[in-house]
Amino acid sequence: MKRFDIGALRAIFKGDRQADRVVPPSGFTAQLTLFAAGAMAFLAVFALALSLASGRLAQVWGQELAQSATVRIVAPLDQRAAQTEAALKVLQTTKGVASARALTDAEQEELLSPWFGPELAMESLPVPRLIEVVEEGEGLDPVGLRLRLSAEVPGAVLDDHSRWRAPLVAAASRLRLLGWISTLLIGAAVAAMVTLAAQAALAANAQVIAVLRLVGATDDYIARAFIRRFTLRALLGAAAGTLLGMLAVVLLPDAGEAGGFLTGLGFRGWHWVVPLMVPILVGAVAFAATGAAARRTLRELT
Amino acid sequence: MIELENVAYSYGGGELLSDITLKLAPGSFHFLTGPSGAGKTTLMKLCYGALLPTAGHLRIFGTDVRGLGRDDIALMRRRVGVVHQDVKFLDHLPLTENIALPLNVSGRHAETEGTDLEELMSWVGLTNRADALPPELSGGERQRAALARAVIMSPDVILADEPTGNIDWEMSQRLLRLLIELNRMGKTVLIATHDLGLIRATKAHVQARVLRIANRRIQLAGADL
Repeated sequence: MKRFDIGALRAIFKGDRQADRVVPPSGFTAQLTLFAAGAMAFLAVFALALSLASGRLAQVWGQELAQSATVRIVAPLDQRAAQTEAALKVLQTTKGVASARALTDAEQEELLSPWFGPELAMESLPVPRLIEVVEEGEGLDPVGLRLRLSAEVPGAVLDDHSRWRAPLVAAASRLRLLGWISTLLIGAAVAAMVTLAAQAALAANAQVIAVLRLVGATDDYIARAFIRRFTLRALLGAAAGTLLGMLAVVLLPDAGEAGGFLTGLGFRGWHWVVPLMVPILVGAVAFAATGAAARRTLRELT
Repeated sequence: MIELENVAYSYGGGELLSDITLKLAPGSFHFLTGPSGAGKTTLMKLCYGALLPTAGHLRIFGTDVRGLGRDDIALMRRRVGVVHQDVKFLDHLPLTENIALPLNVSGRHAETEGTDLEELMSWVGLTNRADALPPELSGGERQRAALARAVIMSPDVILADEPTGNIDWEMSQRLLRLLIELNRMGKTVLIATHDLGLIRATKAHVQARVLRIANRRIQLAGADL
């Protein structure tokens, strides 16, 4: 079997014009195989983009946000500055805090401007002061910190982000899993589709196979003629589908850094190599599926 | 070349052939006759491994057919030229390529043996039909093409099932001469036929033995013809 596979692989790439001709051309089914492989590859590109993007998102949310927390100072305007000072003092002596910094009015204004518009008079509003806490090492102990804060700074509320971060990370991870499952299913569907097409071709060409056997063709020779045809077809279709899929991803409208999850769909850096594997994998799947179908059919003939 | 020892063959219903013992020696020329349905085609099929005997031993080129793998059978068939009663071709390829098919599937290239191919095509009178597709050929042309395909590899054994069925007398004489020539070159020939005239005509040129299938058994029917 090993020898067969290597020989077949070599023949796929080298090709034998004569051997190719023994399988009659089949216009319509050929186009169906091409189309199905192309459509599957197109879908696979999106499934991959989804997996990779949601993976990236889960990582960003998991890592970057885990290293930060926010302390909110909700106090009457006249006590706000004092309580902020007190909270900063507490934070500076808290284990696991790398740095703590109160946001300036300008920064808070910037944060709120998407909701309230640019000309906001911050001074007139009882906007809580935000303290950005960057953690280090193992991170801080939220329970202990809350206790200390409630004792010394009554208006301070600690938000360690985990409350809203965890479900987002879980959602992103699940999305990534779904993306990979979709990719696998697409691969399996390609295998099923090529097997059906090859099976149909083998059945339709029973006379060709009988003639070839009669004149002394080995199973390898006959199988290769079919394998080559279907592998090349699937490869070609998948290449076209992948190209179109990647083009569609490139052309996705970009909402910039502020964009949320959906506009982050796409490939970054070396991830662009991943979709290029799709046609190769589809070709490999078609090669294996046609080979199995051909060997199964041939074994039943004399 | 081909040896049958107490060979029997039965389809689901019952025995078609039983206790057949026969030896096709190198360079021998045999005819196989018998009523329709007596099992001539079945015996032919046994001789090239398309059917396996249900009892007894059948050796082709010294090897028991039961011990042959699928690839061994393929290699064996390159040494056995077969003409079927209902000839099948690759209908999408022109006649020349069909006749050269045994060369191509065994990795020899028709181009390098082009002169043989042309000579053979003209011998069977198909030179001007070289580019025709098999479905465009008449019954007689198909049989001539089948014979050409069977002998192109210069096989050791030629098995022909009613090779002259659809052919006029003159052309069948021509095909017979080809088979006789090949036999003189040392090839073993077995022809299944109803045509007693053909057998008589052959006997004038070579020493041919006539085998007759009757009552599931095989008999040597030499003298009465």
